[in-house]
Amino acid sequence: MSIAENPAPTQVPKPREITTEPRFSDRVFRGVVSTGGFISLVVLGLISLFLLYNGFGVFRSEGLSFVTSFDWVPESIENATQASYGIGAMLYGTLVISFIGLFFGFPLAFGTALFLSYYAPEWIKKPMVLVVDIMAAIPSIVFGVWGYFILMPHAEEWARLINKYLGFIPIFSMPGDFFTRSPFIAGLVLAIMIIPIITSISREVFAQTPLDRIQAAYALGATRWSMIRAVVIPYGKGGVIGGAMLGLGRALGETVAVYTVLNLVYDIRPEILLSAGGSVASLIVNKFGEANAPELKALMAAGFVLFVVTLFVNLIANVIINRTVRKG
Amino acid sequence: MSTLIGDMPQQPMADGSTIPKPIKPWKPTPKQLLPDLLGAITAVVASLIVVAITPLAGGLGLIATFFSVSIVVASTISWIRQDRKAAANSVSTIVIYFLAAFVLLPVVSIIFEIIRKGAPGLSLGIFFSDMSVTSSDAPLNEGGLLHALVGSLYVVALATVVSIPIGLLTALYLTEVNGKAAGVVRFFVQAMSGVPSIVAGLFIYAVWMISFGGTYTTAAGSMALAILMIPTVARTAEEVLKLIPTDLREAGLALGATQWKTVALVVIPAARSGLITAVILGVARVAGETAPLLLTIGGNDAMNWNPFSGNNSALPFYIWKNFGLGTETAIARAWTGIFVLMVVVMIFFTLTRILGNKKR
Repeated sequence: MSIAENPAPTQVPKPREITTEPRFSDRVFRGVVSTGGFISLVVLGLISLFLLYNGFGVFRSEGLSFVTSFDWVPESIENATQASYGIGAMLYGTLVISFIGLFFGFPLAFGTALFLSYYAPEWIKKPMVLVVDIMAAIPSIVFGVWGYFILMPHAEEWARLINKYLGFIPIFSMPGDFFTRSPFIAGLVLAIMIIPIITSISREVFAQTPLDRIQAAYALGATRWSMIRAVVIPYGKGGVIGGAMLGLGRALGETVAVYTVLNLVYDIRPEILLSAGGSVASLIVNKFGEANAPELKALMAAGFVLFVVTLFVNLIANVIINRTVRKG
Repeated sequence: MSTLIGDMPQQPMADGSTIPKPIKPWKPTPKQLLPDLLGAITAVVASLIVVAITPLAGGLGLIATFFSVSIVVASTISWIRQDRKAAANSVSTIVIYFLAAFVLLPVVSIIFEIIRKGAPGLSLGIFFSDMSVTSSDAPLNEGGLLHALVGSLYVVALATVVSIPIGLLTALYLTEVNGKAAGVVRFFVQAMSGVPSIVAGLFIYAVWMISFGGTYTTAAGSMALAILMIPTVARTAEEVLKLIPTDLREAGLALGATQWKTVALVVIPAARSGLITAVILGVARVAGETAPLLLTIGGNDAMNWNPFSGNNSALPFYIWKNFGLGTETAIARAWTGIFVLMVVVMIFFTLTRILGNKKR
């Protein structure tokens, strides 16, 4: 472009009106993007609305006993049974296996995160991070089938050992010889499944630890462990707890892996090594196939309870994590 | 300069002098390492002896003994050489190494077993036939999982088509518009990624089958998967868009472009590979989902090329069904299904790695 092509300099263009008002095309753009941004909110709202709407009749007829009673009896004319639905045992079972999962999974994940952040030499660190990422990518059905065929025989032996030496404690007692498909084994599978999420959140937290404080601790003559105890753990406590709660949320909602290894029994049993447990998510899969219309509504109600519980746990976890990790 | 510093002494410099070999004064000398080495040998030997003379047997006994003996030996050595704090440090180091090693065990076992049990059922034939004329007890060389593979392809592709625009718009809202509600939206997108997969399936069942009287179809299954995929895509895309420098946006605006043009012609092209990674991460997240499909696609032993009508199968469903049948050949088929599913998931996993590394 040469200067000659420009219009004569005498024609000074009128100064543009300066405004912060967005142009029409931008208003459309912002409108479309904002609408799209709210779809997730709408979907979450719709999920609770539809499940509540379908399960409402059951909530009304069963009242509070829906979450406290143990029996799940669909209405049947030939057996002359009255419908009665209660997910008390399943809810209790879900909590039990999730906490067993957390009991085994959390120390492993926490130790691994510390190892990756402060102990591992570079040549171990990279493949190890890869392994943990692969772990997160393994589908739950794979964990389930592996847990059933490979882990269960081993876990059965471990359960026998625990029962032999700690059997005097009520939760490790055993009325018969039924060590397979127990909440203990389901908890072990869940522990493996929640390790990646807790590990990655913990690593994210540890990476935020101020370097000057770490170096100050070393300069004062701290060993690696004293440094971790004095600097890393106090700083990252909140975030690590948040990560553990995210893992708990995942464990509460896990369906297929639990269903394949757990024996569902509609009763609250204190013995965790016994082949009898419960899980709300597994109940839904278990009963869905042959459910009649009213029973389906009860399953919707169970799904609503599960949704509310996991959402609650996740929200708290995210509040804690956001406060410690993703500030600013 | 491509040579390593360690190789330097062999190369004389231009003025005839040589660069001295770098020394690492912080590196422990062999003499300092000797107690540690002796300690490790003591621990191994001691635990082998304990296992041999006591009823503790098998892998578990060996590991437990080795663990306790190592702790005792290491803390004793540290205590003698230094003090109580050093002993605590040794104990914690050993505990953390063991914890990390335990995490490796299940992954190694899972991959090993998938190959050991899944590979025998592999043949070219399974990729070219379905189970419509094959009974579950038929030998493994009959029938196949083509129907499940095609079904999976359909469900995941449809879920991707639905979740790309929604996930991308959400990410754009959070980064480009950044309106008053951005905090709330970000918070609920995080919460949405914790929705249990069975609940997503139940929700689609309530909407699709109960409220609108629909039937089991591939499309219903893909809607359930989309619910699980949207938060993954949205959150990853948000992270990627955040990395695009503000200078680029300001340059676009300063040139007189509208915000729409800046986003479409500057921001999104700059973030392209990251956005593709976001989508693939989403695909990897849902490709193996089983629970929602159990409630929505119905299952099928034959091919169904129409995603909008009729029951269909998918790889996770195929595994689930054969696992449930429980016969020897059915279980073998389930393991082969797992093998194929893991290969598919690993392909997507590797793709995200390659694309993710290119970005940096």
